[in-house]
Amino acid sequence: MTAYSVPQVRWRSWLLSAAPQSRIQARLGNLYLGWLSFLANPLALVGMAIVVALLLMALFAPLLAPGSPYAQSLTERLLPPSSEHWFGTDELGRDIYTRVVHGGRVTLTIVLLVAIIVAPLGLAIGTAAGYFGGLLDTVLMRITDIFLAFPRLILALAFVAALGPGIENAVIAIALTAWPPYARVARAETMTLRESDFISAVRLQGASSMRILVRHVMPLCLSSVIIRVTLDMAGIILTAAGLGFLGLGAQPPIPEWGAMVSSGRAFLLDQWWVATIPGIAIFVVSLGFNLLGDGLRDVLDPKQRR
Amino acid sequence: MRVATAPDPTAVLRTRSAERRARQRGWLRKAAGLLASVLLTFFGLLAITFVIGRVVPIDPVLAIVGDRALPQVYARVRAELALDEPLYVQFWIYISKVLQGDFGTSVLTSRPVLEDILRFFPATIELATLATFAGVLLGVPMGVIGATHHGRWPDHFIRVVGLVGYSVPVFWLGLVGLLIFYARLDWVAGPGRLDVFYEDIVEPVTGLLLIDAAIAGDWDVLGNAFSHILLPASILGYFSLAYISRMTRSFMLEQLRQEYVITARAKGLSERRVVWRHALGNVMLPLVTVIALSYASLLEGAVLTETVFAWPGLGRYITDSLFNVDMNAVLGGTIVVGAVFIGLNLLSDMLYRLLDPRAR
Repeated sequence: MTAYSVPQVRWRSWLLSAAPQSRIQARLGNLYLGWLSFLANPLALVGMAIVVALLLMALFAPLLAPGSPYAQSLTERLLPPSSEHWFGTDELGRDIYTRVVHGGRVTLTIVLLVAIIVAPLGLAIGTAAGYFGGLLDTVLMRITDIFLAFPRLILALAFVAALGPGIENAVIAIALTAWPPYARVARAETMTLRESDFISAVRLQGASSMRILVRHVMPLCLSSVIIRVTLDMAGIILTAAGLGFLGLGAQPPIPEWGAMVSSGRAFLLDQWWVATIPGIAIFVVSLGFNLLGDGLRDVLDPKQRR
Repeated sequence: MRVATAPDPTAVLRTRSAERRARQRGWLRKAAGLLASVLLTFFGLLAITFVIGRVVPIDPVLAIVGDRALPQVYARVRAELALDEPLYVQFWIYISKVLQGDFGTSVLTSRPVLEDILRFFPATIELATLATFAGVLLGVPMGVIGATHHGRWPDHFIRVVGLVGYSVPVFWLGLVGLLIFYARLDWVAGPGRLDVFYEDIVEPVTGLLLIDAAIAGDWDVLGNAFSHILLPASILGYFSLAYISRMTRSFMLEQLRQEYVITARAKGLSERRVVWRHALGNVMLPLVTVIALSYASLLEGAVLTETVFAWPGLGRYITDSLFNVDMNAVLGGTIVVGAVFIGLNLLSDMLYRLLDPRAR
């Protein structure tokens, strides 16, 4: 018993030491404290559990649901949930459970692609505007304001109308409407960093503006951007599902949750499960991201902490 | 002699009027800045819709003349649409047309797009307004209660209600609502604005069906229209409630920590008076902005809600046109919604300045 608990205590006191011996120890200690306060927030834990479950589900989709999400069986159309088909079957006799599980991959792909486009774009625009200031700042922030002033879904609709329906275009349309908040956040962070001594020191050493931005400013803006991404995930998922529902996102037969709800609409009154179950999946996943984002914000952003 | 040593009363007046003039100048400059930023945003909106209209892989000439037209006809229509001109000239023509309210003709309805929008928009306004009313009437008290019971179960309950509102897909909630309250319980009427039986009875005056029916004094139509709007408006209202209650809660938490609250309590005021009069009174101002923003976002949420409830509003007009590649209608609708968005932002900004003596 004691032999077991002693190393654990030592490890904890090393992490929580008030006088860390190295930078790594300080950083890990900070992370550990954040982790502890994260653990104290049950809602955030639920959120993390949901997101981890989504990741695992997407990763192991072929194991969790061995059948093909496209396999039709017209003799088994619109069957209610049973032990054989957990979530029932749709109008083409496809197993809804299989399609929901594989749909997690589609949703995750969309969300990740949008995040990969939006975060660096917003970061680049925001840090450049904040660091250089002057005319560049005015012009970039005006453009940001213009995009912020628009209804996001309607703008995405108009973009999809121009580009044509499909997953790739939905991703582009969502990304085009989602970057402005990131630019705002990154700019605000950069403005406070710009005048600090360590930036002046790097500049005196002869570092180029590019190097200062990429190596010294951007890493410090990352944590705010990451919080923003997590909080935004739910919005992205809902917008993507909305586009899918309208028939402008992922096209059938791709098992995208929004599109599945849309195809189940025709049978809503008699076969409720076709439309409602994929909708529950959308709801649970975006709830998970919202809870996680709220928790992360409390931990990582001390300014917001109450 | 004494007169000379006394302070010159006109000097005080002069400095005062100079102060006032300076203040007016400052106010004018602010107003001009605000106006400039609104104009710029609107210009950006037009630029974006113009670009979208140009990248569409549809030949606008072919859409009009059809693919069997003679080359001469094709060339004439192309010249009429000014497609031969350089882009900046086209953009100039586009802007001047939009400013005159000319969004072109809808391919689908073959009416001017503006006329269509004026017919469809009131339905959306009716829905969004009713939803905002519901959101404010329920959301503000919920936010206040959440703040006064900070960290206890009413607070947790209200937070969860809000979080669910942030996470649930509106189109799914609409379908579930229809399934339960229309199909199973039969408490409300189904999709659409009116039963077929009641259609075209009431003379459209405002385009807002509830008001038109009340003006005509036709209580059957009013009742039917209300039964139709109840479910979509409650569902949109829930989203507005989620946003408004969350913001009210955080504003109230901030106010309740202020010293004047302690003073008011120390004076022996009742807790109800402290919370609902003093603290809430100071929260009202930022809330105006929040309510305006939530109204604007409801116009957007209406796109999906209108699709689910077959509601003949602007959102459905835009999506229907989208499927018929009717770009004039899509872009016209986008411009109108965008302009309303910008207008609401401006309005909330001005209200804030008007109501808050510190911002004046």
